[in-house]
Amino acid sequence: MAIDFSKETGIGSSGGAPSGSSTGSGKFSPSVITGIIGGGVGYLFGHWLGNAIASGYQQVSGSGSNDVATLLGYLFATVGWFIGLGALNYPLKKMLGIDPDFSEPELGKGMSKYFKYTVDHKIVGVQYLFGMLVYFFTAGLLALAIRTELLSPTTHLWGPDTYIEIVGEHGTMMMMMMTSVILGPFGNYMIPLMIGSKRVAFPRLEAMSFWFTPLSYFILLSALWQGGFQSGWTSYAPLSLQQGVGQDAYIFGFGLQGLSMVCASTNIVATIINYRAPGMTWSRLPILGWSMISLGFTMILSIPVLIDGLYVLALDRSAQTAMLYDAHGGSSFLWENLFWFFGHPEVYLLAIPGFGVVAEIIPVFARKPVFGYKTSAAGMIGLAILSFFVWQHHLFQSGMNPDMRPLFMLTTELISIPTGFIYLVGMGTLWKARIRLTGPMLFMLGVYFNFLFGGLTGVYVSDVPINVTVHGSFFVMAHFHYTIMGGVIFAFFGAIYYWTPLVTGYQLSEKLAKIHFWSMIIAFNSTFLPLFAVGLLGQPRRVFEYAHRLQHLNQWVSISSYVLGLSLMFFVVTFIWQLAVTRKPAVRNPWGSRSLEWAVDSYPPPQHNFRQVPVVLAGPYEYADPDALPIADIVMENKDRAPVGVDR
Amino acid sequence: MSKGARAGAVIVSFFAVIGLLVWAVVGYLRTSPPTVSASTSSTPGVVNLTMQTDGAVGVGPHPNWVGYFVQDANGGWHQTTLIQLPANSDIHVTLYEYDSGGTLRNNVWSQVEGTVGNVAYVNGVAESIVNPNTSTGNGIAHSFNVPALGINVPMYGVSGSAKNFCSSGPCNLSEAHTTMTFDFKTGAAGTYRWQCFVPCGLGFLNGNGGPMTALGYMAGFLKVV
Amino acid sequence: MSKVVLDESRSDESTKGHISKILISWAVASIIGMSLVWFVLGPHLPPGTMTDQAAGQQFDIKFVSTLAVPVLFFVWFFFGYSIMKWRVRPGEDPLAGGANIRGNSKAQGTWYILTTVIVLGMAVYGTYFLVVPAGAGGGEGASPIWTPATKNMLQVQVIAQQWRFTYRWPQFGGMETTSLELPLNTEIQFNVTSLDVIHDFWAYQLGVKADANPDYNNIAFAKTQQTGRFVVRCDELCGIWHGAMYNYGNVVSQSQFQTWATNMEKQNAAVTKLLPKYATTYTPSYSGAGGGYYNTATDPNASL
Repeated sequence: MAIDFSKETGIGSSGGAPSGSSTGSGKFSPSVITGIIGGGVGYLFGHWLGNAIASGYQQVSGSGSNDVATLLGYLFATVGWFIGLGALNYPLKKMLGIDPDFSEPELGKGMSKYFKYTVDHKIVGVQYLFGMLVYFFTAGLLALAIRTELLSPTTHLWGPDTYIEIVGEHGTMMMMMMTSVILGPFGNYMIPLMIGSKRVAFPRLEAMSFWFTPLSYFILLSALWQGGFQSGWTSYAPLSLQQGVGQDAYIFGFGLQGLSMVCASTNIVATIINYRAPGMTWSRLPILGWSMISLGFTMILSIPVLIDGLYVLALDRSAQTAMLYDAHGGSSFLWENLFWFFGHPEVYLLAIPGFGVVAEIIPVFARKPVFGYKTSAAGMIGLAILSFFVWQHHLFQSGMNPDMRPLFMLTTELISIPTGFIYLVGMGTLWKARIRLTGPMLFMLGVYFNFLFGGLTGVYVSDVPINVTVHGSFFVMAHFHYTIMGGVIFAFFGAIYYWTPLVTGYQLSEKLAKIHFWSMIIAFNSTFLPLFAVGLLGQPRRVFEYAHRLQHLNQWVSISSYVLGLSLMFFVVTFIWQLAVTRKPAVRNPWGSRSLEWAVDSYPPPQHNFRQVPVVLAGPYEYADPDALPIADIVMENKDRAPVGVDR
Repeated sequence: MSKGARAGAVIVSFFAVIGLLVWAVVGYLRTSPPTVSASTSSTPGVVNLTMQTDGAVGVGPHPNWVGYFVQDANGGWHQTTLIQLPANSDIHVTLYEYDSGGTLRNNVWSQVEGTVGNVAYVNGVAESIVNPNTSTGNGIAHSFNVPALGINVPMYGVSGSAKNFCSSGPCNLSEAHTTMTFDFKTGAAGTYRWQCFVPCGLGFLNGNGGPMTALGYMAGFLKVV
Repeated sequence: MSKVVLDESRSDESTKGHISKILISWAVASIIGMSLVWFVLGPHLPPGTMTDQAAGQQFDIKFVSTLAVPVLFFVWFFFGYSIMKWRVRPGEDPLAGGANIRGNSKAQGTWYILTTVIVLGMAVYGTYFLVVPAGAGGGEGASPIWTPATKNMLQVQVIAQQWRFTYRWPQFGGMETTSLELPLNTEIQFNVTSLDVIHDFWAYQLGVKADANPDYNNIAFAKTQQTGRFVVRCDELCGIWHGAMYNYGNVVSQSQFQTWATNMEKQNAAVTKLLPKYATTYTPSYSGAGGGYYNTATDPNASL
């Protein structure tokens, strides 16, 4: 029994006639190259227009920097980029009354499809994977530049202006790009496979969401060459009103990334709700699906507030409104509220997918059903809901709403309860399990180890009296690096090791994965654990000068951060080498998972995922039930049983 | 592609990426302003430091920003704010101020502090307070402020409508200017930041953007060695 | 998928045996760890005891750190024990199933109740130590509702500007100084404001931290109880010199303070006359000092 939806939707039908639409292969067919040309032309036009409008403005002639031109340049660059990519062909044809070509051509074997605007969720997933790695390593190199400056309390390698620009760039890029680090590569790629769908709900929206990211990456990065922004990733007004055109790059880069997240989350939520295969009930949905749906709703509700705030900031900077400027009737508190109303859910946008991956992967290597399935889903939904009620804890010392502090202390501490659920699930799943310490499993256990420090220090920062000491210090900085890097980034690398055989068809070496894991977790803890002490001893964040008595601790941290950099470099080299050069073919279902994504015909999966839409017969975690039905009506070949990951 | 060819391609692209990174970093680390040493004088233990403050530096990427020029031992002017001074010495500063003036955001900075005798000589006349509200000058144009040494020297502006107003640096003495002279003592070796406390970043909110936030214009270091 | 091979030994294992092993080793380690944190580390924890607020924060950090030890150890011991005990050994079937446990209402219920009780307890604790010590040294906005008992306080206005702190003393003729000296055994009210962007006044050893917002007065209280030097740092990013925006202050005896303040008042008399009348916020005149960002209609003398 199988249901074929391809007739109704058009997309998903195999063997459609190739056409000259966005996936064509001619020399001038849309690709990243035409996108760049379109973006360049758009930028030049916007910049010219802005100069024509605003070059006579008083603040422009005085400062020599024209925010109107820069913002309009980015705006038209965005439009030109998407026209060049061919992303607007479909809506434009629709508007002109031409019936768009729905057929989806068969994808070739070559690499060129990865540099085009395509509607296949697996290609978008791969694009995201490599995009995220590039963004992560760019921002990571900036972190090493920060640590290099902090080797000495008084001798300065960078000027104070350069230093603070690097700090802001590192923070902004990490926070805005890494929000999609699981959703982009693994949500987009795995969720349709896991729920037995041949496609996603809004493939064009999904593709759009990816193609926003290179643009926002380059715009944000370009700030450095335009004088940067000295206001950090939080960009509190009125400091952000004072900056040069680098701040416009922040506004546009962050704003485009926000649009990307809205597109991506809308698609993933709609896909999970509507495209589950028959029998894939809510109680059989993989935990990753629950994490993606919590994440998606949180994004849809919180990101628009950020975009709104950025819009207000852009107006204050270009059109001379004064919404964020106290002396003219605005308020600097407005930005702080808008920013953190997005900014705190943002932190959970980073944590929730990490938890999803952990709860998804641990049962495979524990050979047990996930402990407290409902608790685990409830934990993530609880985090998502509570994340909207805590934003003022970033502003405990701001003087804004001081009498509300006990309330926000309470809501913040309540977050420990759903976070605790995640620990309960992990501990329960390991109880009387049969644990295989494979590369991916080590990374999942690493998430629990690291996040424990992040979670416990979260209690410190949420306690208002302790917050007086630690607010704005390196203690807070260490705290959120433990939750984000120690959490979602470890989960990300674990997920890479886990799903690469499926995504690429090549097996990664377990030995190299373990070397990467151990070097990374030791270097990570050696980098960030001392920073708790540095913060408690009085070092504020984002400073280029600090007390002499803290020099040894800072040097220890800097050197550890280089080791961490080497460990990540080791990953890059071995990962690329194994994918491009050695290319060991993946065995079928290498980890012995029951989940549907491994039941596809080939690795990587064929273009339309499944020959027929599968009918789901049982849950994905029935590892310990001898009477459990197979997950779906697909015969999963299992001749070569898991040679990988057994510790001999 | 054969395995060997793939390996070659990976290695080549690896070095290409490294090259791109180096190029980007070098391009980003814009040429830092030069460090200029104060010239020695005939009196032992005393060095002379001659600087000028211009309403528009006239050179570099931001020609219309305000900024400093520092004179080296050979009399050449360099647009910079990085100054090397000997430790534990008396620094005799001569400052030619060519910019027009205005009011202060915080009037406490109209007091001369931290110089020898807590005075500065304005066109040869000793003053301990440079009152921004008097008609003597044309308001305060800039201030030379070194927090760690406790130094604050405000400078009178010149009339912006003067016929010989210097509109682009480096300016020369035939143009309208205020001459400030003062002495201060450098302490132990170290790097001391200095800045201006007059909001002089024209076109930026509160006047505290642009040149106020860039080394070489209104923000700098005294490198005491 | 082929048939799941069940490892019968897992389901038959005695639960009580495992739990008691974990709990006993955890309890022993926790008692040792907690005593070490409370008695050995505790007295050295920051931010010291220079004011009542600093001492209060030190106590809170000590208290929370002590409580964190058993939580940390419980997770560590549980994970460590599970991994050691239930690892697949060489030669065993790697895909055999573990015990088929989907949940345990007793364990889960205990967990929910325990975490909820701890969390609510922490919130009550935090609220008590926020309200009773008059805001615990944090910024309490323009009209604080939790104030010290005494009304006889030394008023210090902290004026943050890009990129220095200055201090104004309404009880000493409204003088403004660049240095900060405080008398011993005195309740101090810090009125923190800014002339431009958001800064933060962090007097580390005093246990005082309050954002300096433009056009806004943010009040914090602390009572000095030890003499010594303290550092003041800016704790909100405020631009290029944020990292260099610090100075040192001293808590001195009351008579030394009187001498210092009287001298400063005399020294600064001339410049004090130029200052605007003392006010809790400080909006600089727009003429000339606005940078010419907003248009000339509101800023008549924009050009410098």
